[in-house]
Amino acid sequence: MIIEAVNESTCIVYFGDRISDDIAGQVKRATEAIRRNLSDLVIDLVPSYTSVLVCYDADRTDRFGFTSRIRKTLSQSEQEAPDENASSTIELPVYYGPEVGLDLDEVCDYSGLSRDEVVRIHSEQTYRVYAIGFSPGFAYLGITDQRIALPRKATPRQKVPTGSVGIAGSQTAIYPSSTPGGWQIVGRTPQKMIDWDSDSLALVAVGDKVRFRSIDRQEYLDLGGSLDEF
Amino acid sequence: MSFEVLDGGMLALLQDPGRYGYQHIGVTTGGPMDEHAFRWANRLLANPPEAAQIEINIGKLGLLAHEDTCIALTGADLGARINGKAAVPWRTYHIQRGDRIEFGMPVAGLRAYLAVAGGLKPVIKLGSCATVVREGLGGLDGRGQKLAKGDCIGFDRCHKKTMTSLPIGEVPDYNEDLQVGVIPSYQYAHFSPGERMKFFSGSYEVSQRIDRMGYRLTGEPIASELDGIISEGIAYGAIQVPSDGQPIVLMKDRQTIGGYPKIGCLSALDAGQLAQRGPGAKIRFYLADVAEAEAQRAIFNHKLETFKTSLAGP
Repeated sequence: MIIEAVNESTCIVYFGDRISDDIAGQVKRATEAIRRNLSDLVIDLVPSYTSVLVCYDADRTDRFGFTSRIRKTLSQSEQEAPDENASSTIELPVYYGPEVGLDLDEVCDYSGLSRDEVVRIHSEQTYRVYAIGFSPGFAYLGITDQRIALPRKATPRQKVPTGSVGIAGSQTAIYPSSTPGGWQIVGRTPQKMIDWDSDSLALVAVGDKVRFRSIDRQEYLDLGGSLDEF
Repeated sequence: MSFEVLDGGMLALLQDPGRYGYQHIGVTTGGPMDEHAFRWANRLLANPPEAAQIEINIGKLGLLAHEDTCIALTGADLGARINGKAAVPWRTYHIQRGDRIEFGMPVAGLRAYLAVAGGLKPVIKLGSCATVVREGLGGLDGRGQKLAKGDCIGFDRCHKKTMTSLPIGEVPDYNEDLQVGVIPSYQYAHFSPGERMKFFSGSYEVSQRIDRMGYRLTGEPIASELDGIISEGIAYGAIQVPSDGQPIVLMKDRQTIGGYPKIGCLSALDAGQLAQRGPGAKIRFYLADVAEAEAQRAIFNHKLETFKTSLAGP
C-alpha cells in the first residue's frame, strides 16, 4: 500500500497496479475502514479498481496527521480477516430480449455463439463491482468471459436507454440513466440502479458482488420494465 | 422576498461550496468554479461560508429585486449595472425593492458571483444546491436547471447593512497571463524529464473547449510513457494528458474517475484563477509542492478570518 499526496486536501491510496478480485476486496475493506474511523475529517471517498482517493478537511487537520491516521486504520483493517460474507451477492433481473438487447446480434457474430449461449455465459457468473463513475451509479463490473468480451462500439450511441446492460471488452455495466454510451447492449434490467429519494441512493457499491438473472418478457414487464426506446 | 429572473443569461447557476460525500457513487461535487471569488462574496456580507450564491458564467443575467437587501459582487467584471448604473465587482451594494441588477458581457474574467445578505434559500438535493446540469442535480428546483426567465430565487429579509469592499491588493487581475503551480502527483513519474521540461517551459493557451467539467489547453504536446491507466479518482484541478498530448485541467463538474495519465494537480485556488480565463488566455505552469499549496490556502483562510466587515444597523 502506498499513500501519496495529490493536492492540498486530497491524497490517494494505491493497493496494486493491476486489476484483480483480491485487490478489489482490499479497496472495499479500506474504503469501509476509512469511512468508519476517519469520518470526522473525510469529505469524500472515491474507491476505484486499485485505489481510493481520499478528500479531507484540510482546515481541521494536516497532511502528516491525516496520512498517519489512514496508515494506522488500514494496518488495523488488514489484520482483520476478510469477511467475504459481508459483501453479499446482489441479484439483478435482466431481460435479454431482442427489443432491448440492441447489440446481442453483434455479440453473437463476435463470439460465434447463439443468443441463448451468450445469455447463459453472461448471466451464469458472479461479477465484482470494480468502480463507479462516468455518471451517477454507473458501475463497472468484471471480469466478462472472454468469449463474449466484444470491445465497445466505434461510434457511441447518442442515448442508451435507462437500465441497459452492456459489454465493453472485459467489463460489463448497467446504465443507471439514459446517457450517451458506446457499450454493446445485451439486455435491460427493470431494477432502478440509482434513486435520489431512497436512503441508499445507489443499489451497488464498489467491491460488491453482482449476478444477473435472466428473466422473460412477462416478468420484465411485471417488474416495471419498459420496452420504450429511451 | 426574492429575486425575479428577467433574463436567464448565458449560464447562471445556483452554487454553494458543492455536493460532498457522494463521489463514491459517481456524483460529482459541482460548486463554484472560482472558490476565491465565492468565499469573498460571502465574507464581504459576513455570511456563513457555505451560503448559496448565483454564479454568472459569461454574463447577460437580469434580476429584479422584490425586497430590500444587500448584495456582494465578486469575481469577473461582466459589466454589471444596478438600475443602469455601473456596478464594479469586489464590493457590496444596497438593493431596494424594484431595483434591477443586469449583467452584460465579460470585461475581465468569465464568472461573477452574486451573494445576498443571509444567503439564498434554494432547494437542497443530496446536501447541496450546487447546480450540475449534466447530472440533473441542484439548482432552484433540485433538478439541475440553470436559471431562466421567470424563476424566483428566495432569500430572507435582512436588516443588516454592510458597506465593504475588498482591499485593492487582494483583487486579482484576470487579464494578466496566468502562472499556476503544479503539484507533482498521480503519474508525474511516468513523464520523462524531457517531457516535464517541455511542460514547464512552454506556454499554453486556453482553447475554445472549456466548460465546468474541464479546461482544454493547447500548446507544446507532451507524452506520457503510459497510454492509459487503471481508472482512478480525479481530484479537482488534476491535469490529464490524453494521447494527443494537450493538457486538460479538470474542474468542478468533472467525472469522478478517469483513465488518462495525469501529470499533477493544481491547488484549488489556482484552478479557480484558471476558471476566470477564456479562450486565448496564456497559461504557464511551474513545478510546485503540495506544501506550497497548503501554505497558499492557509494564508487565504487567514485573510478571510481577519477581514473586518463594517456592519451598521437597519
